[in-house]
Amino acid sequence: MHRVIILTTALLCGQGATADVALDVGYLSVEAHRPPTLSNLDPVPANLGLAGAQTGLQDNLTTGKFLGHGYSLIEVQVSVGEDPLEPARDLLQSTSFILLDAPAETLAAIADLPEAQGAILFNTSAGELSLRDTECRANLLHSLPSHAMRTDALAQFFVQRRWNDLVMIFGSYAQDQAYAEAMRRSLKKFGMALSEEKSWAFDADMRRTASQEIPLFTQDLGDYDALIVADELHDFGRYVLYNTWQARPVVGSEGLSAVTWSPVIEQWGAAQLQSRFSDAHARDMATQDYAAWAAMRSLGEAVTRTNSADPDTLRSYILSDSFELAGFKGRPLTYRAWNGQLRQPIAIAHPRALVAQAPLEGFLHQTNELDSLGLDRPESQCEAFQ
Amino acid sequence: MLPISKHVIAGGTAFLLCSTTTHAGEIWVTNEKDDTVSVISTETLEVIQTYETGERPRGITFSKDFSRVYICASDSDAVQVMDPNTGKILHDLPSGEDPEQFVLHPDDKHLYIANEDDAITTVVDVESRKVVAQIDVGVEPEGMAVSPDGMVAITTSETTNMAHWIDTTTQQLFANTLVDSRPRHAEFVKDGSEMWVSSEIGGTITVFDVATQTEKAKISFEVQGVHPDRVQPVGFEFTEGDTYAFVALGPSNHLAVVNAETYEVEDYILVGRRVWHMAFNADRSRLFTTNGVSGDVTVVDVASRKALKSIKVGRFPWGAAFRP
Repeated sequence: MHRVIILTTALLCGQGATADVALDVGYLSVEAHRPPTLSNLDPVPANLGLAGAQTGLQDNLTTGKFLGHGYSLIEVQVSVGEDPLEPARDLLQSTSFILLDAPAETLAAIADLPEAQGAILFNTSAGELSLRDTECRANLLHSLPSHAMRTDALAQFFVQRRWNDLVMIFGSYAQDQAYAEAMRRSLKKFGMALSEEKSWAFDADMRRTASQEIPLFTQDLGDYDALIVADELHDFGRYVLYNTWQARPVVGSEGLSAVTWSPVIEQWGAAQLQSRFSDAHARDMATQDYAAWAAMRSLGEAVTRTNSADPDTLRSYILSDSFELAGFKGRPLTYRAWNGQLRQPIAIAHPRALVAQAPLEGFLHQTNELDSLGLDRPESQCEAFQ
Repeated sequence: MLPISKHVIAGGTAFLLCSTTTHAGEIWVTNEKDDTVSVISTETLEVIQTYETGERPRGITFSKDFSRVYICASDSDAVQVMDPNTGKILHDLPSGEDPEQFVLHPDDKHLYIANEDDAITTVVDVESRKVVAQIDVGVEPEGMAVSPDGMVAITTSETTNMAHWIDTTTQQLFANTLVDSRPRHAEFVKDGSEMWVSSEIGGTITVFDVATQTEKAKISFEVQGVHPDRVQPVGFEFTEGDTYAFVALGPSNHLAVVNAETYEVEDYILVGRRVWHMAFNADRSRLFTTNGVSGDVTVVDVASRKALKSIKVGRFPWGAAFRP
């Protein structure tokens, strides 16, 4: 049986309240099976994503108390193996606003429920390009960047640094393949290509440690400027660094990564969000937390500006030119009207520091430089938003 | 009444300048990532002193008689009181957590401090060194202003996107007005009849009519060759008589010159990188801007609207204040 927890219900009436508006927001997480990884150094927090929604809720509540706007968060967890559609239907009975943490196909299935028509759902967990393309849904917005936004960011970095000769190692999981495919697409988009690629294939018997295997494994890649690792589950990638046959930088899922959020982001006032988050949750803020925070704040911002809790009113405001979210990334965040993707700068960082922030200088665009990352209007085949 | 009293103050300043001819004016600049203040001579345009402060100094302001300088040492969770003649820290004031900006009430006695991490404005009595009041405001309070008559204090909150209006008699909020995203700085102008708030991410300045707390005008900026997203108004100051506002536009590396009567932008001036805040010299003929990323201060000639010189200071210069 899935668990339903009502976390916070608060309707605060502040001074100068013009109207009492209450917004219940659901948070539905569908647990996925996690394959084992070579190292246990990075445990996945039990409240990944949810913690970001909670911090966003607190921000909304503080603002709401001056306007007579109340917010609450209803959490629903679906265990591995359970049908997620039934609890999604139940949740949609009580609210039209749901933050979703689920695999891509589940997101699409939930968005297709009759109960979900007219609702505002946020994808906070799936980077698949298809959801922003042919598989898009009018009621599904994406606060998490697509894989393509992240790989485009790295491709811009390669161009800027003149790292033209690139090779790639990719893992065997679907997430690794999706990332590798996005990377191939990005390299092509920016006029590059891989000179060599290999699949990580140590599934049989790891006789020696990964660190001993890597030099041999990378020997036949020849010479190159940088080695891209597609290992989105962080299985083997950490052992590639400093173990390659050629002394070259490692980028992609490990080493220099293009990320939505990272503890090393402290500019643009981000230090304040980081400390607010870590004070509340006793850990660093991760990408999925940021996506959930941004979704929650998008709703809050729309309620603040429209003084309404009506889904249609909020949806059209969120997708309009008037909407802007201050997301601690140095410029306003807005939604792409053609596929519901939240436009945002992408950090290019290693675990100790921010190296650059895409879009990089010189990558121009006729309307918005941020649209040099991910699916631009002419590229996207999404028709649901027209 | 007010214009007259203002005239008297201006006269007083002139008198002070004449009587201290041996003492050139100074611009004090806080260096956020050096834990120091740099003191610049307004005559020689050189750094003449560097004093150590607490951690991450940002807001800076002088007492009325310039005998004390107050410094927000954000990461030390304190407002430090320094003797500007010696650079010695006299004592700390209780400030609440993470003080970023503050404003000194015209009574010279009460500091209104924005506590960025706590969504609180703290009011401190600088004589008794006690907290007088704490006022709940929006998320990430930053900009602080107080009306010339001392009746109204303003806190702007960066994530809540509001100007919070505080009645200084009761220390209670009496209005909360929405502005564009990420408000950073507030100033009362024209004898307290208008209140201006800059919105960094929104890219605008909202002008409020103080009597009604309603929006009177909105100022937008457009720097040639810079994407609108990067034109981010932060600190601003007014020339004599509140005729023109000089507005720091952050990562666009420009100042805007705004006609305060028509609300039209008349000019843009290229300065250093990531321009934050600014202070005028004694007769307001020159403006000194802090440039966070380039780590320097640009000196601007107000009449010709031209940058004259860059002065290297510490890392991440942020706040600026003048003393005669």
